[in-house]
Amino acid sequence: MATLQINNLHAKVAEEGGESILRGVDLEVNSGEIHALMGPNGSGKSTTAKVIAGHPAYEVTDGEITLVLDDEDVADIDEEVPAEKREWDLLALEPNERAALGIFLGFQYPAEIEGVTMTNFLRQALNAKAEEREELFEDEDEDEAEADEEESGYDTSPMEGNPDDGEIGVAEFQQLLKEKMELLDMDEKFAQRYLNAGFSGGEKKQNEVLQAAILEPAIAVLDEIDSGLDIDRLQDVSEGINALRDEQGTGVLQITHYQRILDYVEPDHVHVMIDGKIAESGGADLAEKLEDEGYDWVREQVYETA
Amino acid sequence: MSSDQDHLKETDTEARFEFKKEERSSFQAEKGLTEETIRVISEDKGEPEWMLKRRLRALEQFQEMPMPTDWPGQPDLSEVDVNEIIPYIRPDVETRESVDDWTDLPDDIKDTFDKLGIPEAEKNALSGVGAQYESEVVYQNMQEQWEEKGVIFCNMDEAVQEHGDLVREHFMTKCVPPSDNKFAALHGAIWSGGSFVYVPEDTTVEMPVQAYFRMNSEGMGQFEHTLIIAEENSEVHYIEGCSAPKYSAFNLHSGGVEVFVGEGAHVQYSTVQNWSKNTYNLNTKRALVEADGRMEWISGSMGSKATMLYPSTVLKGPGASDNHITIAFAGEGQNIDTGAKVYHNAPETKSTIESKSISKDGGRTNYRGLVHIADGAADSSTSVECDALMFDNESTSDTMPYMEINESTVDVAHEATVGKIGDEDVFYLQSRGLDDDDAKQMIVSGFIEPITEELPIEYAVELNRLVELEMEGSLG
Repeated sequence: MATLQINNLHAKVAEEGGESILRGVDLEVNSGEIHALMGPNGSGKSTTAKVIAGHPAYEVTDGEITLVLDDEDVADIDEEVPAEKREWDLLALEPNERAALGIFLGFQYPAEIEGVTMTNFLRQALNAKAEEREELFEDEDEDEAEADEEESGYDTSPMEGNPDDGEIGVAEFQQLLKEKMELLDMDEKFAQRYLNAGFSGGEKKQNEVLQAAILEPAIAVLDEIDSGLDIDRLQDVSEGINALRDEQGTGVLQITHYQRILDYVEPDHVHVMIDGKIAESGGADLAEKLEDEGYDWVREQVYETA
Repeated sequence: MSSDQDHLKETDTEARFEFKKEERSSFQAEKGLTEETIRVISEDKGEPEWMLKRRLRALEQFQEMPMPTDWPGQPDLSEVDVNEIIPYIRPDVETRESVDDWTDLPDDIKDTFDKLGIPEAEKNALSGVGAQYESEVVYQNMQEQWEEKGVIFCNMDEAVQEHGDLVREHFMTKCVPPSDNKFAALHGAIWSGGSFVYVPEDTTVEMPVQAYFRMNSEGMGQFEHTLIIAEENSEVHYIEGCSAPKYSAFNLHSGGVEVFVGEGAHVQYSTVQNWSKNTYNLNTKRALVEADGRMEWISGSMGSKATMLYPSTVLKGPGASDNHITIAFAGEGQNIDTGAKVYHNAPETKSTIESKSISKDGGRTNYRGLVHIADGAADSSTSVECDALMFDNESTSDTMPYMEINESTVDVAHEATVGKIGDEDVFYLQSRGLDDDDAKQMIVSGFIEPITEELPIEYAVELNRLVELEMEGSLG
């Protein structure tokens, strides 16, 4: 069971005199759990998500983000994974390295990439992730040996391409994609469409969940995945999120404005963020209280203690 | 002396040319393009008198015309000294003889072959030195299969000898006359090599006709001429240039392409080219399209220091149509000025232009286009789409589309986008596990996808690989 630990996280916009947004966030998410992160606009929810994934627009000024892995999380690694490779300081890693360790960010406004089919993109992402994982967990002597090997060049014709060591094959991947798409009630045609290009808001959100289902992250941070969805689509997306937890044991940090999605995705924990900090935490009933009473009472509590 | 002559018979054309140069001290001493030079080229090729006359006429025109220097934002051509042009043949010929030795190729070209993963034997073939086993075999098979149908596919020099009437009628007369521009005139004077394709009426050539450049074995191949004649209701897809870079000690390439598309005929001309970074690439390519004919230009232009290339189409007959797809990539120190020209000279003609450009590390791309709809070309339509993608703030991209519309019942659409590779797009892909380079590579592959999907798979693969190499900046 992987654990994402966020301690005293401070972050600002990465430019001179950039606005300080996170002011000491503490949060712990275990795989298999669903956490809802709620709060008014501008309180720092999306920034938290982006900083976890390593977005270059933000600069972390204090605090830590640590990912702790257990046996199950590294079961795919051939060799014994030593203790020092069980605990990762995410802030020292590139976004793709974080992804390789099992962090997934579901975007509120995902990028549209023309000319790249969903199938091609997802297969490449899956292979890139596997390759990066291997490198992260490889010990350093082997690393060098591999680099030498790469430098010695190819011995195949360019038409044949290089042998894809350990990569998922096209046919195998297509089967996987088909299964996952059925689960989310997505049309087969999606596989040949360009990544998010011309997708409706709902289709984009479904696509984010589909990607999480395929990449099988330990922790998925889903940024307002419920916004702009009609009720049918909301149910599909919710089913997908529940499946992430139930079938893959993914830990979910669900960022949302509304109680609505929590009717379908029942959270184990609910957190309220105000002014860049977690102001209140509780169970599912906290979300209901927020729905009824708004955020003002939390805000008042914050000011009283301040 | 006689043993010398015997020796010469065994050597190839350029070696003899070289020998002649040695004999004529005045020629060797003289810089610049002279009548004598042209006579030597023509005599060396054993050309008929009419071709020599055309060359000499082109030379006159070349000498009369000024360099194009007043186009807004055009590449700097001041380094292209026409008085230095002919002496450049010398290094080309000299190195050609020793280029059998792989190690004599310039480092950036060798690097490219290595990165493309091309084995030594194949490298020699692609650099035009060894036997081009793959292409040669295909070439021969196709010849036999088509000869019966009257299709001709041969070297342009050979065509002058063996298909004189066809060449005489079409060669730089109505399509690309030497008077077209200074570099067309230069080309007309010193052209050499290239391809000749003739497809008779009602004949469809199912396989693409592929021609690899043989720069080194053809000597002055930097001035190759391509002449394609597709008679009524015929169909052919011609693919030029292998994507392997051409070896060049030369710094000027000035090719000429002429395409005649007969009534109801369909010609697709595809090219993927990669020039060394010291090359000025100044070409003239044009198609004349009769009624209901269809012309398609698909080109990927990589490399070169400066490129000025605007494939053009004249839609002569009613119902004729044209489709242009081009891609340009400019890295550090490169200026790729390219686009398309279409003349709608008849009613119900149709054209589409899709231009894509990528610039990085201070590279500069321009789209320069002209669509002319003549008075009387009623019910014609045109659509122009130019997209530019930039990697950084140092790179530039300009779009200069000219539209001359002299008819009212026409449909004209133009759309241009200029974008930087978005940080958000890169981050999105990184968050899915791709590293920074792979993310950018994926975005660029997607950007050029409309071109790669039009090409046969092996060309598409190589185009993608070349783009990948350009992006690593490893081509020097």
